Amino acid sequence: MLKLESVACTRGARRLFSGITHSLAPGELLRVQGPNGAGKTSLLRMLCGLLAPTEGCVLWRGEKLSAQRDTFGHDLVYLGHAAALKDELSPLENLLDACTLGGHPTDAAAALAALRSAGLRGHERTAARRLSQGQRRRSALARLALCQAAPLWVLDEPFNALDATATAWLSGLIEAHLQRAGMVVLTSHQEVALSAAQQQVLKL
Amino acid sequence: MTSESGLMDGLKTVLRRDLRVSLRRRSDTFSTLIFFVMVVSLFPLGVGPEPQLLRTMAPGVLWVAAMLASMLSLPRLFADDHSDGTLEQMLLSTHSLAWLVLGKTLAHWIGSGLPLVLLSPVLALQFDLSASATGVLVLSLLLGTPILSLVGAMGAALTVGLRGASVLLSLLVLPLTIPVLIFGAGAVEAHNAGLGVTGHFSLLGALLIVTLMAAPWTAAAALRISME
Repeated sequence: MLKLESVACTRGARRLFSGITHSLAPGELLRVQGPNGAGKTSLLRMLCGLLAPTEGCVLWRGEKLSAQRDTFGHDLVYLGHAAALKDELSPLENLLDACTLGGHPTDAAAALAALRSAGLRGHERTAARRLSQGQRRRSALARLALCQAAPLWVLDEPFNALDATATAWLSGLIEAHLQRAGMVVLTSHQEVALSAAQQQVLKL
Repeated sequence: MTSESGLMDGLKTVLRRDLRVSLRRRSDTFSTLIFFVMVVSLFPLGVGPEPQLLRTMAPGVLWVAAMLASMLSLPRLFADDHSDGTLEQMLLSTHSLAWLVLGKTLAHWIGSGLPLVLLSPVLALQFDLSASATGVLVLSLLLGTPILSLVGAMGAALTVGLRGASVLLSLLVLPLTIPVLIFGAGAVEAHNAGLGVTGHFSLLGALLIVTLMAAPWTAAAALRISME
């Protein structure tokens, strides 16, 4: 489904990585590992089509990403390093807007349930700037609970700033997604125990 | 999502979000307004209370001040979205990026252009403009300020993520808006001279339509390049 063909990345004068060939089938998880500055985020942004590979190409359902920009967004949930929250808005407003823009519109009741499952009960209508780092991350991750129809999840350091409860909640979401034949690509410095059978590791 | 309602959904979502944000953080709108009032009020103090001179200067002063004031909040049009990560989500959206940009630009105009238009009749009093000349001024600003926001959106998209973007942005955008200044201020001058203003308004309207058609798409393309 997702295929990398001898992908290379050059940022400025630096060659971050080259010759990466990999493919990911439904139900598989890909963990991208590497030291700081190895280009993990660049690789993830390439998988989303935000960054064009310097060499090689990224294929989704056998077609180049650049050729299917309109439809690919529907298949993808990308959660980057920044939580993509507007500080002035509440987690509920942020979540509803993010889902609409991502092509999976939802209603307030479902969004509230997702935020509560993320452990944000009582903070659904607080301005995001008053939330702690971990709560902001939970609020961004709550989108995963609502966008299960999108087959590909690309998560940049999703476990950062999460406590034990939230880590377990997120692991549960990821495992459930893999069982639905979804695909997950993530970067993580911590070793998080994911009991997914189909786990691949890509070292940069 | 290629249907019309789909396009409007994206635009409405972004418009509502940005209006909410600017409503909860009103300092941007207020600093734009206060800057406008200050600059316009400095002129009568500086050149002295000669009514004929003030009447002649009024359209130019009000228009230049409006242009500079609308430059103030422009650097933040995409910079905030860039730093908090929402810009990436907009790029990945299933909705057309150009329509989302149009929504953002519309919100920018409502937050910084429209208040200038509404305040201008009060400031025109300082220059002893007649009621009909004030009407022409307000109408010209109403047609012209959206062009400033639209052209500004192209500049903001090109400079997003750059250091020192705000100065570069003004240098980039202000020259492009000179026609708006000429026809906007020219409309009031023509009215004061007893000439017709239809020509000026038609040209301003044409400029608005052309930028409305071109700017969102150009800005969307510029954003994709800037975000690489």
